[in-house]
Amino acid sequence: MAAKRNLYLTLVAITVVAILLWFAQENLNPYYQRILTLSAIYSMFAVTFNLIFGYTGQFSLGHAGFAAVGAYVTALLTMSPAQKVANFFLQPIVPFLRDVELPFLPALLIGGFVTVLVSLIVGVPALRLRGDYLAIATLGFSEIIRVLLVNLQPLTNGALGLKGIPSNTNLLYAWGMLGFCVFVCKRLVDSSYGRAMKSVRDDEVAAEALGVNLFKHKILAYIVSSFFAGIAGGLLANLISTIDPKVFYYTLAYQIVGITVMGGMGSLTGSIISASLYTIFLELLRPIESQINIGSLQIPGIPGMRMVIFSVLLLVVILFYRKGLMGDTEFTWDALFRFLRKPKGRNDQEGKVA
Amino acid sequence: MAVLLQLDHLVKKFGGIVAINDFSTILHQGELCALIGPNGSGKTTIFNVITGIYTPTSGQVHFNNEDISGIKPDQITGRGIARTFQNIRLFKGLDVLGNVMLGMHIHIASNVAEAIIRTPRYNLEEKVMHTSGMELLDALGLADFAHAEPTSLPYGKQRKLEIARALATKPQLLLLDEPAAGMSPSDAEELMDFITSVMQKFDLTIFLIEHQMRVVMGICPRIIVIDHGEIIAEGTPEEIQNNNRVIEAYLGVETHA
Amino acid sequence: MTFEAFMQNLMNGVSLGSLYAMIAIGYTMVYGILRLINFAHGDLVMLGAYWVFYGVAIFQLPWWVTFPIAILLTTLVGIIIERSAYKPLRNYPRINLFAAAVGVSFLLENLAIVIFGGRPKAFSRPGFLDSQIKIGNVTLVSYTLIIIVTAIILCALLIYIINRTKVGMAMRAISKDLETTSLMGININHIITIAFAIGSALAAAGGILWAVKFPQLNPLMGMAPGLKAFIAAVLGGIGNVWGAMIGGLLLGVVEIMLVALFPTMAGYRDAFAYAILILLLLFKPTGIMGEVQAEKV
Repeated sequence: MAAKRNLYLTLVAITVVAILLWFAQENLNPYYQRILTLSAIYSMFAVTFNLIFGYTGQFSLGHAGFAAVGAYVTALLTMSPAQKVANFFLQPIVPFLRDVELPFLPALLIGGFVTVLVSLIVGVPALRLRGDYLAIATLGFSEIIRVLLVNLQPLTNGALGLKGIPSNTNLLYAWGMLGFCVFVCKRLVDSSYGRAMKSVRDDEVAAEALGVNLFKHKILAYIVSSFFAGIAGGLLANLISTIDPKVFYYTLAYQIVGITVMGGMGSLTGSIISASLYTIFLELLRPIESQINIGSLQIPGIPGMRMVIFSVLLLVVILFYRKGLMGDTEFTWDALFRFLRKPKGRNDQEGKVA
Repeated sequence: MAVLLQLDHLVKKFGGIVAINDFSTILHQGELCALIGPNGSGKTTIFNVITGIYTPTSGQVHFNNEDISGIKPDQITGRGIARTFQNIRLFKGLDVLGNVMLGMHIHIASNVAEAIIRTPRYNLEEKVMHTSGMELLDALGLADFAHAEPTSLPYGKQRKLEIARALATKPQLLLLDEPAAGMSPSDAEELMDFITSVMQKFDLTIFLIEHQMRVVMGICPRIIVIDHGEIIAEGTPEEIQNNNRVIEAYLGVETHA
Repeated sequence: MTFEAFMQNLMNGVSLGSLYAMIAIGYTMVYGILRLINFAHGDLVMLGAYWVFYGVAIFQLPWWVTFPIAILLTTLVGIIIERSAYKPLRNYPRINLFAAAVGVSFLLENLAIVIFGGRPKAFSRPGFLDSQIKIGNVTLVSYTLIIIVTAIILCALLIYIINRTKVGMAMRAISKDLETTSLMGININHIITIAFAIGSALAAAGGILWAVKFPQLNPLMGMAPGLKAFIAAVLGGIGNVWGAMIGGLLLGVVEIMLVALFPTMAGYRDAFAYAILILLLLFKPTGIMGEVQAEKV
């Protein structure tokens, strides 16, 4: 049976990837490890945004805020009391937060839950309406979160941010969490609830006339989305080990929109590929932003150029190649076999064109 | 026969415009009733009020002796009223079978967590949805297209798919909004036969909007004619055909068109 | 609060509100016609301010030359954005249009970082905007009054265009029903471009005056006034030009008064507008002047 074969193939693939990750963690140089880890984190951002935008049709721009809440909660829960006391020298930290210190995994999950709770403050009023206010409300949410991060000194250390967050995030954690996130999202969109989410995206009036409770399915996607975005934020904090409110500027949400649209709205595979390519290219293109010396010749770098390239690419995709990398198709074993089975015909065709 | 739907003095105003004015009627179980009238006479508005898309300015909608005016569309569908749309509104992101299975989503008992974990109960429900979805498609002659994109179907089949999708919600009352719009007279006639056969097969009550009177003359025992949101005539096809007000208001417009 | 302090705060609030109003009008016009939240609108505010900065600082032009040129250039950018990024997507699902708006906004901001530099720049006010005016016991900086006066003139002009000219009539018709209007033989593309042009010009004027009031420029400076102006537009009833003006004024005055009355809340001033938005969505999503729009089914 093809279904059984595919299941075995998937299990084998997961095992192989796990072994590779473990091997990479032991042997790969830390710089490459960091890029791969970042790829997983950005993939989580893109997958979660795809769930609410690509599958449910709701333009939620709150990812910077979600990531911020997840990052701060996870960071504060994993830092040692001594570290926290050292950080909060302007105003002491609230005693409860000072004393608590949790292992990484529970801290991440709590970060995810807190993100959901906080995000519901804007999600509930905005998603109840049939309209476009969600984008503004969630963008505003990110701004509120930033204002709060700056002003709630005893909770967040204000503009100074948090330093010395333990570097808990590694390849296995990041890709493991991404795997969990993709598993949940994929199962969700392939279920009856996923069909309802897509119907809301395609036509709200028709969906409602067929008995789909719009609010329930929008909020469902929103909750799952913000939960994993919060976890991704937590992973990010424990990777870069220093965070402050500026890390979570709203442009982070714009980047995530770009990554997701380029990967294909409605394709989780596309989101992951796109996020990984994004992270890698951002690293490869780093030289154009710094000064290059060739002998005595100095070519000045152009700071910010990478993002210009990225946003131009994004607009090109939106205007001329709306499907992005993957359209709304996913990687499947069957598609892979179909692809492998007829590379010859493909070559022939290419030959003809050439 | 039992009263299924009762509309009591319905009024719907948009700003200063009165779209429906004091509309009252009763539909009995098993009835097939047509609502006709010239363009812009308020036909679809009446459907939108019944299905909860609009809240009536005044008046009530009773369904199975329960006042459903002002409750949300999805809840009304849950009570047993399904509809189709004048301008076909299929879900492009779902295949033909998916469109029908979506109609069954309203009856799912498993919660989201069960759906994600794929508990035996959820798997069973999904399987039942799949089989009955296929049965429904088969009954309406769409089984061959189960995995096609809905927009790839020919026009007439898209209309049938919309009916199939509405039937999937297991309604008692089916509202059809100009099901024969844009069809040739012979296709329209075939569709009307199809509708009567569906009605018997699924034990339905049908309320249908039609723009052209001759399409419904043959199959609907009762016809309501409205103009400017008001009932101007009601009765058997013969009575309607010989009604002077109808000829004046309705056929008069028709000859100009 | 003494009467003088109250008046001073009030005038401050009105001038801030006038800025919100000017920016909000562009949002509301575009939304009324295309149902698009033009995320790039705030970036036009930023562009307007930067053009003036360069005109004065680099080219040493007098302000009365720079201001109109800056407005013209920004209007041009607005028209280019509409023609190249929004028009091709008009018949696609609106979600594509939204993504395009985000893309344009992102591009403008990143270009600004590369071209203008990421570091904040100090904006120097022309002298006539910086003098003290004394009315009774109330001392005001002249720009406070000039912002208000400019806003009143521009809004009056706009109201005249919308209510008294053929273009304005076409705009109102399009915002009621785009399809039907196009059947009436009105050149939709033309009207939409004009709406973008007017909106962009007002955003530029708003941006220049914003820089006069808050004389520090940075490439992301347009976002906060943009978002708040949008909230002002929602507050007034989105799609309604009068609503945008009233919403803007209200938001400006309340923001300033709140900080004046509760100085400890000053840090939260920027979160206040968003709190209003959330309350608005909960209790009166149509805004002050908004009418309930029945969706066509």
